[in-house]
Amino acid sequence: MSPTQFDMMILVLGVCGILLVASFVGHVLERRLSPDGTNAAIENLNARINAWWVMAILIAIAFVAGPIGVLLLFAFCSFAALREFVTLTNTRRADHWALATAFFVVLPVQYVLLWIEDYEIFTVFIPVYAFLLMPIISAVRGDTQHFLVRIAEVQWALMICVFCASHVPALLTLHIPGYEGRNVLLIAFLVIVVQLSDVLQYVWGKMVGRTKIAPRLSPSKTLEGFLGGVASASLFGAGLWWITPFSPLQAGAMAFLITLMGFFGGLVMSAIKRDRGVKDWGHLIDGHGGLIDRLDSVVFSAPIFFHLTRYFWSPA
Amino acid sequence: MDDWGEFMKSLIAKPVAVIVLLFARVITAVRPFWHEGRLPRRRSIFFANHSSHGDFILIWAVLPPRLRRRVRPVAGADYWLKSRLRGFIGRDVFNAVLIERSRDRRTADPFESMGTAMKEGSSLILFPEGTRNQSDEPLQPFKSGLYHLAASHPDFELVPVWIANLNRVMPKGEFVPIPLICTVTFGEPMHLAEGEAKDMFLERARGALLALAPKKAAAEKVDE
Repeated sequence: MSPTQFDMMILVLGVCGILLVASFVGHVLERRLSPDGTNAAIENLNARINAWWVMAILIAIAFVAGPIGVLLLFAFCSFAALREFVTLTNTRRADHWALATAFFVVLPVQYVLLWIEDYEIFTVFIPVYAFLLMPIISAVRGDTQHFLVRIAEVQWALMICVFCASHVPALLTLHIPGYEGRNVLLIAFLVIVVQLSDVLQYVWGKMVGRTKIAPRLSPSKTLEGFLGGVASASLFGAGLWWITPFSPLQAGAMAFLITLMGFFGGLVMSAIKRDRGVKDWGHLIDGHGGLIDRLDSVVFSAPIFFHLTRYFWSPA
Repeated sequence: MDDWGEFMKSLIAKPVAVIVLLFARVITAVRPFWHEGRLPRRRSIFFANHSSHGDFILIWAVLPPRLRRRVRPVAGADYWLKSRLRGFIGRDVFNAVLIERSRDRRTADPFESMGTAMKEGSSLILFPEGTRNQSDEPLQPFKSGLYHLAASHPDFELVPVWIANLNRVMPKGEFVPIPLICTVTFGEPMHLAEGEAKDMFLERARGALLALAPKKAAAEKVDE
């Protein structure tokens, strides 16, 4: 067994352990407080824990399958996220071809560029080429009503759901001296820290949360939950330094940045939901809502994490 | 030779149905909302808004398999018998009750065909607007067929079903579907009331269906 596989196994065992504890607590709570399934909060908690099992198993399978598995997993995430996002936009019939291009050309091409590791094009494909191409396709149809709103929404959807999300598997393409063959652990680091931060913010908020931090955007988020979640997830990230190319201090700083971006990403995506008058982005994940509800913090932290790691640890 | 053809058709029909359902799910991630969380009864007439040829597929997709096996969509023969492929999909894959919409070309009474299907224990999916809705109105006036079925089959529950968003997935004239999330909302089952007049009943049914439409779709928000 290679050191990478060994580290991965420890991670898998750790995640399994945490989920086992969570399932056990959820089960006890259900027996105590909601024996006939009437306590919505407990039912939702257990639905969430079960969904966590499914998500963890899917990610583990993708990791075992190697780079192609990870790419396919995140390409599917981009697809499902884009489907949720576009559902809430103001598209009109004239956008039909632009949207078809977004789903069936731009999205696959972005992931193919990752597969062939063409960083030069990968990093400008959506911000430059799609950015200019999509409004052209819409304009050719001649419908000018709300034109700027429509093309801006489609571009934003592509940036968030495809460009930003694709930076998670992009971590596989980094060449870090002394870290060869271990890049998949960087993805594990990012995903574990972000998701743990989300969960810890929720837990801290439930336990000691008093002060609402953004009552108009996200009434359940509290200052105490934010501080406690970010601090504990950053500490946990520092403790995961052994799977990264970072020192413990650097790993902690990275984790801190990741959790901050994740928190504010959640706020931004909440603002969009409030504007559109929906509670969840969709219904893909039982108990969590849509895929974007789970992915929002990852999407905001992944590009920053990718670029900082590339800038400081990967020599050109 | 013909027997052989029929046998082959029935052999391919099942996998084709599975592929169509899978495709519909990938594109629309369709989700049902049941009335008070209860599944519909075995003998029902589902009546829905009609904006796309794929409408009945979504209703079909969300019904649990044991109900789905006994549900037959009522569809226009003029559309579904236009080519051999459509005929195969309409008749063999979806087991549609095909009716002739234009009076002059009728060889069989549409109510007889529907009645036979119901007598055999099938539920029906019906689009009482008659044709696909291409107007800006959310719902066109109902044709009277629903009333006649309700009057002749009081043992069937009439279930209004609102299909949301499918018209955005594939607007008329386009052939590439855009992946968007669709929902299928089932309303409270209804019956023809004692002595209820045709127009009153049709208006009541139309109102019940319209009440299931999403309050203000995001798509229309900017247009205010």
